[in-house]
Amino acid sequence: MLFLINIIVAGLLSGLMYALVAIGFVLIYKASGVFNFAQGAMVLLSALTFVTLNEHGLPFWLCFIITVGVLIVAAVLIEFLVLRPLVNRSPDTLFMATLGLSFVIEGLAQLVLGTDVHQLDLGIPDVPLKLYGLQVSDFDLFTAVVSILLVAVLALLFGKTRVGISLRAVADNTLAAQSIGIRLPYIWRIVWSVAGVVALIAGLLWGNRQGVQFSLSLVVLKAMPVLIIGGFSSIPGAIVGGLIVGATENLADIYIGPLVHGAVSDWFAYILATAFLLIRPNGLFGEKPIQRV
Amino acid sequence: MSASKLAGAVHFGATLSHGPLLSVRRAAILIALIAVYGVIPILGNDYWLNSLIIPTIVMGLAGLGLNLLMGYAGLMSLGSAAFMATGAFATFNLLLRLPFLPLPVVLLLSGLIAGLGGLIFGLPSLRIRGFYLSAPTLGAQFFLTWLFQTYHWFSNNSMSLVISAPRLEIFGYDLSSSRGRYLLVAVTAGFLLLLAHAIIRSRIGRDWMAIRDMEVAASVTGVPIARRKLQAYVVSSVFLGIAGALWAFAYLGTADSNTFSLDKSFQVLFIVLIGGSASLFGNFIGAAFIVLTPIVLDILVPVLGLDNYIDQGSIANIEPIIFGALIIFLLIKEPDGLASLFSRTIRALSIWPLRR
Repeated sequence: MLFLINIIVAGLLSGLMYALVAIGFVLIYKASGVFNFAQGAMVLLSALTFVTLNEHGLPFWLCFIITVGVLIVAAVLIEFLVLRPLVNRSPDTLFMATLGLSFVIEGLAQLVLGTDVHQLDLGIPDVPLKLYGLQVSDFDLFTAVVSILLVAVLALLFGKTRVGISLRAVADNTLAAQSIGIRLPYIWRIVWSVAGVVALIAGLLWGNRQGVQFSLSLVVLKAMPVLIIGGFSSIPGAIVGGLIVGATENLADIYIGPLVHGAVSDWFAYILATAFLLIRPNGLFGEKPIQRV
Repeated sequence: MSASKLAGAVHFGATLSHGPLLSVRRAAILIALIAVYGVIPILGNDYWLNSLIIPTIVMGLAGLGLNLLMGYAGLMSLGSAAFMATGAFATFNLLLRLPFLPLPVVLLLSGLIAGLGGLIFGLPSLRIRGFYLSAPTLGAQFFLTWLFQTYHWFSNNSMSLVISAPRLEIFGYDLSSSRGRYLLVAVTAGFLLLLAHAIIRSRIGRDWMAIRDMEVAASVTGVPIARRKLQAYVVSSVFLGIAGALWAFAYLGTADSNTFSLDKSFQVLFIVLIGGSASLFGNFIGAAFIVLTPIVLDILVPVLGLDNYIDQGSIANIEPIIFGALIIFLLIKEPDGLASLFSRTIRALSIWPLRR
């Protein structure tokens, strides 16, 4: 029984890491209806920038600030060069554009910052401790706290600030928001910058665990089933989706894996998400879209 | 992807049946046929055939498969390479285990086996659409390559999990020379292009376009949505499966499941986006672009004197930047891809002395 609980807890904790990436998607999807495939590339870009600066001997806080600056510049450029010319085009077109964007960002990041694998040490030990028989490390607890803080900050940002409220207005009804004087390009720049900061946090946590390298950008693919299960437009949904994917993936690897002679975590989440779509096409917390003819 | 394109397609059909005997279009097709089946096999040397022409045609064929699904039926897929892998592994096993079957039959059967895979992974499209389809198709990508890697039966229990063609011959003729492989690829591509053209101009193709342009309206006018969507997945996977078999055995010679990784799926997707969605010919332009870019970069960098600054690894990073930037540029300026640019140029040239 303790073994089972340990598997579930380990799964839930890795699920939190998925959720952190998924939150970045939700932010952009809510504000502009774009499924931003480039979020994974942003995770890679931010982690690479941070690590490179850190290796040049800059202190942690300065690296963080400079990286956030880089991400804001990237957000402004993306809004100006990609989103603005493609305004009013179909969601599929925008999805394809962010796919192209992800290749540009990955290529540029690796061209400028190199393709080496970097070690990133945030100074938090990742050694499992026994806590009432559960295998949990300091780093796991840190990740959990960061996730909770992030969700709280985002909730405050969206609920209480002027920017956040106009952001929700844009998400709710773009045309009406524009007609009362909310400037769309401004909102997009803000939202892409915030998504960039979320990508940085996710990149630091993932980078600490598995090193900063190209495979970080592949995390984006695992965020897909997380979003489908949680719903594309809900931050709590992203968290819950991440937890479900993390836990079931770990369970499947332990209990189904031996039956089929191999690790199933490569594909299990996608099949789970597909099965989920057949039952609840809008996810757990998603809104039901209304179709007009 | 608008209604005007649908109208254009109908109009185009009309001009083809009542047009003049020798139009520019027909002349172009005739010249292309002579070039592909007459000139290239005679003049092409091994390097050109092996590293440029064969991969271009095969990837163009894969692009064609995805284009039928994405450009015509409006259904997205990020798992094209999985169906290519299915085709390749099916061909390997059929040639190995049923040695009495001739190669064309094996290719056709492999296509159909890949089509069966497409049918299964196409089922979720009945409930979902748009980028939501990335989940089941990514599932196909990871599940099928995992399957071929984990169960060694598929690679005949070889230690390295690599499959290589047991024999490449047709009715006693050996096709293993580069010219023979070229002819195999070119003839297969010719048949599949004709088939694709026929499908698009049939009821099925028109229904696909109706579903792409507006699904609800199509279902109201009596288009059997579920059936047509599944047909799109099956047809697309058949094309992809045959392309995968040709990629493995007519181009590479050997393959394993890593040959058909997610990168290959993205390449096929790029071919469609660059070449032009809802275009048959555009796939081959897109494929040529994908095949040529790394080669041109390799040649161009030393010529421009940049090889002191850019090493081999960096060139590999320039490629995705070029592809990504080109896709964004084309989506903004020319959503119908290079094919539309190309055909506009041809049209302008065909009325050249008399143009405005």
